[in-house]
Amino acid sequence: MTDSAPTAPNMPSSVTPSGIEIPQVVTADMVESDPGLPGEYPFTRGIFPNGYRGRLWTIRQYSGFGSAEETNQRYRFLLDQGQTGLSVALDLPTQCGYDPTDAMARSEVGKVGVSIATLADMEVLFDGIDLSAISTSFTINGTAPMIYAMYLAAADKLGVPRESLTGTIQNDILKEYVARGTWIFPVRPSLRLIADSILFSNEATPRFNPISIAGAHVRDAGSTAVEEMGFTLANGLAYVDEMLRRGGDVNHFAKRLSFFFYVHMDFFEEVCKFRAGRRVWARLLQERYGVTDPKALMFRFGVVCGGSSLTAAQPYNNIVRVGIENMAAVLGGAQSIFTCAYDEAYQIPTEFSAETALRTQQMVAYESGISKTVDPLGGSYYVEYLTDRMDAEITKVIAEIEDYGGAEKAIEDGYLQSRIAQRALERKLQTDAGERVVVGQNHFRREDEDANDFGEVFKLDEKAAGHTVERFNKVRAERDNGKAQQALAKLSQAAAGDAENLIPHMIDCCHAYVSIGEMVGALKEHWGEFQEPVGL
Amino acid sequence: MSLSGKRILIAKPGLDGHDVGAKVIALALRDAGAEVIYTGLRKAPDFIASVAVEEDVDAVGLSILSGSHLDLVAETSRQLLALDGGAIPLFVGGTIPADDHAALAEAGAKGIFTADMKIEDVVAAIDAVLS
Repeated sequence: MTDSAPTAPNMPSSVTPSGIEIPQVVTADMVESDPGLPGEYPFTRGIFPNGYRGRLWTIRQYSGFGSAEETNQRYRFLLDQGQTGLSVALDLPTQCGYDPTDAMARSEVGKVGVSIATLADMEVLFDGIDLSAISTSFTINGTAPMIYAMYLAAADKLGVPRESLTGTIQNDILKEYVARGTWIFPVRPSLRLIADSILFSNEATPRFNPISIAGAHVRDAGSTAVEEMGFTLANGLAYVDEMLRRGGDVNHFAKRLSFFFYVHMDFFEEVCKFRAGRRVWARLLQERYGVTDPKALMFRFGVVCGGSSLTAAQPYNNIVRVGIENMAAVLGGAQSIFTCAYDEAYQIPTEFSAETALRTQQMVAYESGISKTVDPLGGSYYVEYLTDRMDAEITKVIAEIEDYGGAEKAIEDGYLQSRIAQRALERKLQTDAGERVVVGQNHFRREDEDANDFGEVFKLDEKAAGHTVERFNKVRAERDNGKAQQALAKLSQAAAGDAENLIPHMIDCCHAYVSIGEMVGALKEHWGEFQEPVGL
Repeated sequence: MSLSGKRILIAKPGLDGHDVGAKVIALALRDAGAEVIYTGLRKAPDFIASVAVEEDVDAVGLSILSGSHLDLVAETSRQLLALDGGAIPLFVGGTIPADDHAALAEAGAKGIFTADMKIEDVVAAIDAVLS
């Protein structure tokens, strides 16, 4: 931002935001790899031979606020408007394992997502929605196993067979320690819970993704596209190793490992990030672990278009940003896409802004024509060249983490955290200096405009938190307390040893209306809490 | 402009896990010469106030992106007063709508910072209050 009139920056830099040199012209001899065919190893051009012709990506808008009633209404609205999957945003007390009446939940109930404390909340959340017909994704990590258990309990009560359930729990604790911050337990028992849920889900809910290994938050925290993919694949390897320690069959469980990323504004770098990521993951699984089943080599991922690439200044510009990012996601071959609403940089989206974001995806899907042939950019000299370069740089990042001692150690020591914080500062200083152009914010900004005029303001129903607490107290008063305590005691006993899978105990707890906070409390008694490295 | 000799506590109250802003500011304040203490995530206002008083800091910066800033700033301010730390200036940064600025100032915030501000402007504003 300057005090003078808007100034045009110099021509765009000739390196990508990750620092890869961009040649003026790329010619055939500069391309090293043969991209091969879609649906064939190493899947550079996509995991399916027919791309989106067989099945369009899932249009899945992240949504949730206030009470279960309000969020249920928003879900019904989005489904009526043509959304094809649900994505549940949960509030921070739910994510961190505190009941809405806990002192730690102070002023946070229903703020950044919906509050789900017991099965009673989930019953309201999905009221009138057919769980056997819609896939549901939960952005939940520290308490992912409990939310998964509760989803199964809800399905049980509605008479929906568990094996028909589709959807995803994020359940990626490693990146919570690095960037997102909703960790609860130390690393070891957290990894046990994740392995428990993957092992259980692979059998009981074979069409459900029990983990979505996420680079999105690391990216939004400041890392580059190369680091986003590199850190995420390194975390993916840590989960594979953990599953192998637990006796899992990699040809089996790897089929249900899914991934999750942000799409920011540098169009070709984003497209090539996904093409390269698909290739690197398939290669790692085949070369290191000897995976033979092609389905287990497939890198399936969802994305968010928006995030920290959006600005609070001139918010309507964000509609265009999200449209460009949406196209990059499709040309990169995403399986599920969430387009942020234009006001998402500063508030919970209004119904209007949420609808505009949904319409953006529908225009890309049904008007633009870019999904009609598989990997339309495949064979472009530049796209194949940049895919090769991204592959090499991503591989380098993974090697750096392994040289450090692996993802688990890099996280426990705070190595990755410091690296990202440093990167975030660099990015901020570049933006401040105007080297990185953000239209309407640090360049082409109108000084005669009220920077704080955000248009329509979303107002959270302040009573929602009250309703949530009322229901919670009512459930606690009316439930069969003997049954609840018995289920909780069994969970606690099983957590004391390491012989048993904890998920069936959690499902029993949910059926008995034991709360998330009670389950977390019982586990904390055995495992304690993660001690965050706070060095800068 | 130099913050050398100043001790500043950067804190994350509430459950919000977004710590990039807090860490970026902490690094920038350190680069400007301050000694910076970072609390880490999920600290209660009474804990933050007690660290501020025990460590005899010159300023406290709260980072809040969850929308709970009004309550958390007011409560931290109350806790500082209760521990005779009422003279320690309190700053807040995060996703904070303009509508809330007056209420935050009333609650005790000596500076309110958002993501689109330049780092050097944030450091200068803190420096101006401390010197």
